[in-house]
Amino acid sequence: MIQFEITIENTGEIFRCATEVNVLEAMEKSLCRGIPVGCRNGGCGACKARVVEGRYITKKMNRAVVSADEEAQGYVLACKTYPQGDLKLNAVGDKARGGIEHGAPSFSFDFTAKTQVDLRYKER
Amino acid sequence: MALTGVLRPGHVAIRVLEMAPALKHYTEVLGLIETARDDKNKRVFLKAWDEHDHHSVVLREADEAGMDYLGWRVDSPATLKKLAADIEKSGLCTDFKWIPAGEHPKTGERFRFTIPTGHVMELYAEKEKVGNCCGVGGENLNPDPWPDNLRGISPTRFDHSLLYGDDLDGTVKLFREVLGFGIAEQVMAGPSKELMIGAFLSCSNKAHDVAFIRQPVKGKFHHASFELGSWEKVLRAADILSRTHTSIDIGPTRHGITRGETVYFFDPSGNRNEVFAGGYIYYPDKPPITWTDEELGPGIFYHDRKLNERFLSVFT
Repeated sequence: MIQFEITIENTGEIFRCATEVNVLEAMEKSLCRGIPVGCRNGGCGACKARVVEGRYITKKMNRAVVSADEEAQGYVLACKTYPQGDLKLNAVGDKARGGIEHGAPSFSFDFTAKTQVDLRYKER
Repeated sequence: MALTGVLRPGHVAIRVLEMAPALKHYTEVLGLIETARDDKNKRVFLKAWDEHDHHSVVLREADEAGMDYLGWRVDSPATLKKLAADIEKSGLCTDFKWIPAGEHPKTGERFRFTIPTGHVMELYAEKEKVGNCCGVGGENLNPDPWPDNLRGISPTRFDHSLLYGDDLDGTVKLFREVLGFGIAEQVMAGPSKELMIGAFLSCSNKAHDVAFIRQPVKGKFHHASFELGSWEKVLRAADILSRTHTSIDIGPTRHGITRGETVYFFDPSGNRNEVFAGGYIYYPDKPPITWTDEELGPGIFYHDRKLNERFLSVFT
């Protein structure tokens, strides 16, 4: 079985991943935690990452969380990414994305810290 | 009859990224029954075994996951016309449209509208009864308690959905004042607990027929839930999910809110499903239960007693 080396640059974690295993599954099995785990099925966008080096193939991903332009620039969902060589990538997804623009408020029930209008949602 | 107006959530239309794995999940793992196919529009129609209506789940292949719409069965064509007029008059909704009979197979005309939280809803009065295959010597005659040849988890029915959106106040006003729902449970936040951040709404005797959580998004889908008869069946469901390597979110465990016993998992496009058992009987005169934001941990997962980030922040 051919295994490649995957580096999560945010955390420096390195794990191995076979060509027929998706990057997120290999990460979970290696007990690494650099990429947030959501639905594991290409829908929620939690495991969104940008590949900065290496060859890979992807399976179909929710267009609401990875646009065609982003896909062309190397953005992927780790759960739908299969390595064709060693990969270096950065996790970029907020766990709360689900189609929200990057940098938008994430999920929170922290309603007590600020005024009512602002405290509905905690800014990341 | 005592239960009138809006009777139940009658269908949920879910977008899937690829039909073949989705169909395998919904028929072999969840155990719904395929009742019709619309190749032209890449749709498949399914039902749970104990539902008499032709379909309760619609899968449509698309580039984005999530929910297309939620359809509500009303008691009669007269109610359909009246509620459609009331909804238009309320000033709360937009994008009104009548969908002609037959656009869903075996289904009458549907009134479609968009609610303040951005979700597309439908009302309809007619859908063909195809039965639950339990009758002996005739449909609904001297029935057995359950039919042969069930597969997978095989829940009895599509029960409810939980949805995320921004204008919770507008949506709750619509469901209570126009559509006749009651609030079974609510989650309140803020210094004096005056801000509603969660609403569990019932049009029937169920603890909820639909629930909404306030989040800064429009039209998002948290889960579609299917009913099981017992806690032991929830455990068996989790066994099936593990055996089939289905992506499990959390459970089996218990909710504080609605008291249901539950396991959550994801379909192959990342849409969340739930199967659950238990809960309680809701009546319109039952005093609403209030949860405060500090106690939301046990409200959502009673045993963990703390908020679970993935459960809250992952949706399609």
